[in-house]
Amino acid sequence: MQITKTIEEARRQVEICNACRYCESFCSVFPAINRERHFSDGDITQLANLCHNCRGCYYACQYTEPHEFKVNIPKAMAEVRQESWQDYAVPAMAAKTFHKSGVLMALAVIAALAFILLLFQNAAPAAGEAQAAGFYGVLPHNAMIAVFIPAFFLPIISIAISLRRYWKSIGGERLRLAHFTNALGSVAKLKDLSGGQGEGCNFEDEDRFSNARRWSHQAIMYGFLLCFASTSVATIMHYFFNMPAPYPLFSLPKLLGITGGVILSLGTLSMASLKLRADKNLGDARVWGGEMGFVLLLFVVSTTGLALYMLGSTGAMPALLAIHLASVLAFFLLTPFSKMIHGFYRLASLLRDAQIKAKL
Amino acid sequence: MAVQSDADIVIIGGGNAALCAAITAAEAGAKVLILEGAPKAYRGGNSRHTRNFRCMHQKPMSVLVDRYDADEYYEDLLKVTGGKTDPELAKLAINASEECQPWMEANGVRFQPSLSGTLSLARTNAFFAGGGKALVNAYYRTAQALGVEVLYEAKVTHLSLEQNRVTAVEFSYQGESHILHPKAVIAASGGFQADTDWLAEAWGPAAKNFLIRGTPYNRGVVLKDLLDQGIQSVGDPTQCHAVAIDGRAPKFDGGIVTRLDCVPFSVVVNKNAERFYDEGEDVWPKRYAIWGRLVAAQPDQIGYVIIDAKSLNLFMPSVFPPIKADSIAELAEKMGIPAEKLESTINEFNAACTDGDFHPTELDGLATQGLTPPKTNWARPITEAPFYGYSLRTGVTFTYLGLKVDKTAQVQGPQGAVENLWAAGEIMAGSILGQGYLAGFGMTIGTVFGRIAGKEAAQYANH
Ligand SMILES: Cc1cc2nc3c(=O)[nH]c(=O)nc-3n(C[C@H](O)[C@H](O)[C@H](O)COP(=O)(O)OP(=O)(O)OC[C@H]3O[C@@H](n4cnc5c(N)ncnc54)[C@H](O)[C@@H]3O)c2cc1C
Ligand code: SF4
Ligand code: SF4
Repeated sequence: MQITKTIEEARRQVEICNACRYCESFCSVFPAINRERHFSDGDITQLANLCHNCRGCYYACQYTEPHEFKVNIPKAMAEVRQESWQDYAVPAMAAKTFHKSGVLMALAVIAALAFILLLFQNAAPAAGEAQAAGFYGVLPHNAMIAVFIPAFFLPIISIAISLRRYWKSIGGERLRLAHFTNALGSVAKLKDLSGGQGEGCNFEDEDRFSNARRWSHQAIMYGFLLCFASTSVATIMHYFFNMPAPYPLFSLPKLLGITGGVILSLGTLSMASLKLRADKNLGDARVWGGEMGFVLLLFVVSTTGLALYMLGSTGAMPALLAIHLASVLAFFLLTPFSKMIHGFYRLASLLRDAQIKAKL
Repeated sequence: MAVQSDADIVIIGGGNAALCAAITAAEAGAKVLILEGAPKAYRGGNSRHTRNFRCMHQKPMSVLVDRYDADEYYEDLLKVTGGKTDPELAKLAINASEECQPWMEANGVRFQPSLSGTLSLARTNAFFAGGGKALVNAYYRTAQALGVEVLYEAKVTHLSLEQNRVTAVEFSYQGESHILHPKAVIAASGGFQADTDWLAEAWGPAAKNFLIRGTPYNRGVVLKDLLDQGIQSVGDPTQCHAVAIDGRAPKFDGGIVTRLDCVPFSVVVNKNAERFYDEGEDVWPKRYAIWGRLVAAQPDQIGYVIIDAKSLNLFMPSVFPPIKADSIAELAEKMGIPAEKLESTINEFNAACTDGDFHPTELDGLATQGLTPPKTNWARPITEAPFYGYSLRTGVTFTYLGLKVDKTAQVQGPQGAVENLWAAGEIMAGSILGQGYLAGFGMTIGTVFGRIAGKEAAQYANH
């Protein structure tokens, strides 16, 4: 099986690091290595999901190629990590397909688009009326819910099963509150992305430290969370307070949504440009396309969302709405099978790391 | 195509000493060209393998805890060198080490607390975040931002010395030879340990079996060229710093990960399965350097360390897993040494072990009785399977022979100082480290004298 080969290679490198230890201050991976003498497959997978590919340890390493030790920790970790996401995914086949291919991801969006347009057609009253009635004139709220509730919950079920499998494989134990406070603390600050000294990654310009990737990632994460909050608030307002959309500018859903959308658009754009400049060979080159596709998908989700806010009362609305809903639908459905999954695994690994540290 | 350069100062080498000199000279306004013999991927010589430098400090400073004053530092140096040092230069290096740390930080070097397993150095040595290659990378960035030019794979072959002046620097680059005539030259091209023929002149053919822990590019070409032209030398030409490392390490550039820290908990034999030295003479950091020479003196320059299951986790892991076997005889077979003889050596050793308390981290006095050579500490019988073995070879860290300099880092020729030639780092360290080694002092010497050389050369070139 492929994964054993990848793990074998990562283990070989990790054992070199354990004899060296020069990179101890970069991130959580090295202290975790230096606590052990032997590394099971689960240990290696756990280490791989602790790594966030900042590449500091690659440029600092005296054993990178052409040296015969051929150490390339960011790549080795990326490959194990990637394969763990694919192997534990349900269904695994979907993960294997979409992680690798940005093109297939785009096709998924187009398929979703066709589906949404079909819905429109079935639901649509006359064109002029639709515009006057706002979004729900184009697609009634109930139809939207009928599509998006399963599109939201099915992936969650899939992810839950994957995480359970993963948690078992890395030897995870019962969680306590302290583990969460410890792990979430690092996530909120993307602590490890600081490179251990606050100057960030070695990502887009070889060995130069830069916080560009850290800030882009923060923008994506917080932008996404704000957008998500906006939708959640709107849903609550709709069902519990009988306040259906559209909402005015100074309403909670809009304020959250616009801020989130702007931050998310900028974050994804900047991440895509960083990715173009970074060395592909220091990550899992096999999934570069899928990763890029995912960043661009998020970009489309956020920009079409913003465009809807601005052009929601023009003739462009139905088309924009279709594209937006299609990209959101594709995004939800692809969550278990795209880069989006990394957040879940990483959190699990940080929790596991917190558990192990608590026992020392 | 001839290399065009209007550089005032040519610096030979691309390691720590060269870079400290380049940055200092460029900051003083000089135009600087670095000629680094190695390709870019291997730039930085032995400096890329380092992890820390030894730093005097009066109170806690950056990652350094407590205090480490100049007197204690100097005492430590006297202990390891047995007095073979130049007190003036040594004290200069020690006193200047304190201001090096903030200077290094200002030029991009980042520090980290002492690594796990090296607590004993937390007070005296400041560790580089990411190690020496990260330090070297940071310095190249800083130097290039200051306008320093760098040529890789540019090997200096000859310096023309005429009446106490260097008049030309000859080097090969991209398959052709080139000549430059800079105002000043700084030699920072390290020792000669990668030239095993040269090592063999001092050590005999045994040297062919030595492994070189660092870069293959330090072949002492410039050192030899200058000594041949009558430049004064320091340091014992026949000595090198050598430690016992894993016999499976690569010929060059194995670096830190090939070290083996298990000797104090082991029995060490030669290829005839005979013991030859007290494995428990002192704590390992104080003894690891003599084992390089001990192994060098054995047939085929090889040794074998044997431990049993109870000692496996007492020392830092090394890069290659140990050879493992269920019996001593099987282990001997796997390592290719006589099985019966090894069994009897181990039995004899086991019989000489006495009862007592075992303390892995201190001299515990748990000694053998009536055994020659004795094992005077940590002598526990080798009885618990599985048994583990490593082969040991001599790993050369650096050589002692160097150029004589004064306290301005100026190189001393047959008729006094050479007007426009300075030296820094390993190539002149022999005057301060005449013998032995003090962990982290190599980088201190390179940083202090690199900065001095850069300043002096710039001052000379600027008028
Ligand atoms: C494995 C290992 C670990 C070590 N760890 C430490 C440590 O933690 N702390 C410490 O203080 N010391 C350590 N040392 C010692 C330390 O590496 C040296 O003291 C220090 O690096 C010397 O710096 P330098 O600039 O003089 O030489 P180097 O860094 O070796 O640089 C010499 C440079 O000259 C170039 N060169 C050689 N010949 C030519 C030529 N003909 N033309 C052009 N260029 C040439 C080389 O390519 C190289 O770039 C260690 C050594 C080894 C081998
Ligand atoms: S990545 Fe290289 S320098 Fe860093 S700990 Fe591993 S072997 Fe050492
Ligand atoms: S790439 Fe960054 S996060 Fe990953 S192991 Fe290396 S230093 Fe740690």
